Amino acid sequence: MKTVLQRPGRKGRRKEIRTAFAFLFLPVTIYLVWIIGPMLYTFYLSLTDWDMFTAPRFVGLSNFRRLSNDPVFHRSLLNNLKWMAVFITIPIAAGLALAMVLNRKVRGSTFFKVSFFLPMVLSLVVAGLVWSWLYNPAYGLINVLLRTVGLPYLARGWLASANTAMESIIAVGVWRQVGYVMVFYLAGLQSVNQDLVDASRVDGASSWKSFRHVVLPQLAPITTVVIVISIIDSLRVFALVSVMTGGGPHNSSNVLANYVYLTGFQWYQMGYAAAIAVVLFLLASVFIVFYLSRIAKEEDHA
Amino acid sequence: MHNYQLRKRIVVWVVFCMVLILTVVWLTPILVALLTSLRSYDDIMLRGFFAVPEELSFDSYLRAWRQGRMRQYLPNSFMITLPALGATLLLSSLSAYAISRFRFPGRRPIYYMFIFGMMLPLQILMIPVFGLSNSVGLYDTYIGLIAIHTAFFLGFNTFVLKNYMSTVPPQIFDSAHIDGCSELRIWWQIMLPLTLPAFAALATLLFTWIFNDYLWALILIRTGAKMPVTTGLASLQGEFVTDWTVIMAGSLIATVPTLTVFIFLQRYFIEGLTMGSNK
Repeated sequence: MKTVLQRPGRKGRRKEIRTAFAFLFLPVTIYLVWIIGPMLYTFYLSLTDWDMFTAPRFVGLSNFRRLSNDPVFHRSLLNNLKWMAVFITIPIAAGLALAMVLNRKVRGSTFFKVSFFLPMVLSLVVAGLVWSWLYNPAYGLINVLLRTVGLPYLARGWLASANTAMESIIAVGVWRQVGYVMVFYLAGLQSVNQDLVDASRVDGASSWKSFRHVVLPQLAPITTVVIVISIIDSLRVFALVSVMTGGGPHNSSNVLANYVYLTGFQWYQMGYAAAIAVVLFLLASVFIVFYLSRIAKEEDHA
Repeated sequence: MHNYQLRKRIVVWVVFCMVLILTVVWLTPILVALLTSLRSYDDIMLRGFFAVPEELSFDSYLRAWRQGRMRQYLPNSFMITLPALGATLLLSSLSAYAISRFRFPGRRPIYYMFIFGMMLPLQILMIPVFGLSNSVGLYDTYIGLIAIHTAFFLGFNTFVLKNYMSTVPPQIFDSAHIDGCSELRIWWQIMLPLTLPAFAALATLLFTWIFNDYLWALILIRTGAKMPVTTGLASLQGEFVTDWTVIMAGSLIATVPTLTVFIFLQRYFIEGLTMGSNK
């Protein structure tokens, strides 16, 4: 019973369409001007040479040819893939485990939950600054702690060394992401059929087995969403890198988003920056389209 | 059986301790920031991080507030966040209403366009948005920043609100329609009150997101006096590089608004996060 009781006639139908477009006019116009238009324009700019002061000059695919030989681009791409590899494993495993534990009424579960939500509430700038202080070579907590427990040889300039800068920033990303993933699984667990879980336990399944074969399959839709979101998040990484290292030292912690920013807004190579942005977009759109197709399927069922 | 019980209790305790340790690790950065902000940097440098501080003071907060210009940045953030929040919610309720209630050609493409945009890497928009705001005279103004936030979040909002509105039985609107109620009134007087919970969740979440935005403020605001708290804070880093107590105090000041919202509206915040994913 979800269709209108009496289908409107042709005249009513035309009126419905007119009303719909009247409602859509403002939001769609704004969206086209500020989001969709700029997106398409970036595609065009990626085929040009533009310093922002003179008119863009069409150069065909040469920006993309330049990309293929650009070590900084390769490094940034690799770093984004590193983020991705970490983001689809550690925060998801930790978030799921925590959700499983905290979903029960353990002592202080609200306190625990809030502790893991907290990093999400901080801005990335604040998170970046606080952790930069923790990583401070001389007085930061991490090195002080290492020296105190007798491991002074492990202390180092975490963000100043090309070997550790990227991993140190990714750790901050994980710190924020775990609570985010946990929220999704906590919501997902509400819809897990507890009777099935109980039945499997009565039938003698160990708690691990009933988790693996009864709970986890029911969480599969959430897991898909979480993985897609994690991948897209790992491609969007910008503020943490920008605040903590600016991509250095020697581009060791650069990521695509930051490289776009540096190329465009520090070096005024807008065409080349647009080309990097297009690559970033194409990577992300694989997953966005996948997500959209899922929503489309749901729409069909609705 | 006895053995089994014992083993189970041990497992429960081990899990509990692991969660406890992890929680401590998770809270440590925030506690460190708090402790640092209440000490003097000399004290930390001379006597070490673990020394019991000689005195606690709010001096760093005062310096962050005055010399660090947090007293400017913080109101700026509100001037940007609140109008953007209102505008994007109002506009997206229009689009969500149209998509959920009416059948018209192009309905799906329009809907998918909104969802597509909500997940874009912002870098694909950055350069043209900078150019656009420059050419219409909105560069380095609040309005430019408000415009891009309003526009960008239309995608996510429309998606969430449309899903929520689709759960309202259409008969309610049809009967109102037959009684001669205009669509504008149905939207305003029937649909909006019914979707209030979704608005509450979205508003909480969007407040945090817009307030914490860094990228757009970096691209679109140049004048120091107009910066919101995020880019303002990042600029402190260069200035107070030798005094982390001021930077930590500034960071905590910058967190007060979103933390307050989170504490009082936690339920909505959490709901909002997952609203997009499962109907």
